[in-house]
Amino acid sequence: MLTVGIETQILFAGALFLLGLIGLLVRRNMIFMLMSIEIMLNSAGLVFIIAGNLWKQPDGQVMFIFILAVAAVEVAIGLALILQVFHHYKTLDADEVNKLKDH
Amino acid sequence: MNVFFIIAALVALISTAMAISRRNAIHALLYLILSLLAVSVVFYLLDAPFIAALEVIIYAGAIMVLFIFVTMMLNVGLEKKMEKKWLSPRSWIVPSILAGILFVNFILALKNVRTLPVDRAAILPKQVGISLFSTYLLGVEIAAILLMAGVIGAFHLGKQKKKVTHRYLVKK
Repeated sequence: MLTVGIETQILFAGALFLLGLIGLLVRRNMIFMLMSIEIMLNSAGLVFIIAGNLWKQPDGQVMFIFILAVAAVEVAIGLALILQVFHHYKTLDADEVNKLKDH
Repeated sequence: MNVFFIIAALVALISTAMAISRRNAIHALLYLILSLLAVSVVFYLLDAPFIAALEVIIYAGAIMVLFIFVTMMLNVGLEKKMEKKWLSPRSWIVPSILAGILFVNFILALKNVRTLPVDRAAILPKQVGISLFSTYLLGVEIAAILLMAGVIGAFHLGKQKKKVTHRYLVKK
């Protein structure tokens, strides 16, 4: 049995989420931004597992499986979009892709 | 058990911090895989062995392979001189040390548990499956529709378009 306090576990998940958020805000490379989104999704799933373990219910794990499906779809579409953007602009910098911006 | 949780959590946090701060995308992906493995150990310690296996198989296995594949595809041309740099110990010695710590941690945790998760109050895959296909059946169907949309979308986006681009997208 794990006897680490629930606060510590939630703090761990929160720290992971914060690292992902920092990565998303700081990095401009689109592959790194997608990776940061993955970290954030993973830490959100971690909170579900922690809660499921706290109440001893399988619902948390079911939610993690749904998050896994969403993450898989998101990565597939995101990487296909990144390939298209690289094809058009020859760069992965998110700041370069601003053709929809009002000048 | 607490010390195992703390060590796995520390490995996860360190490797995630390294992952978002690397210049080289492949090095970052190496650290990210390590971070996912560490989180998987945490899942095992949180009495969710099924989710720990899914994390390794789907996240660290399938999704990260997609990332590596695309990164390799976009780095075409740099490989000759990059290969020499990647084979030097500097780039993989730290991930190896962290992975070794994680592995020893996991083995010790396995030996320390003594009884299998079956005997404890762990939530087993059977319960998860029953809940998934009774209470959350609608969610499963929505996830199936989402995956179908993802397949069609990825196919559409991945198709080689004809060379003329839209007039708004033409580079000046």
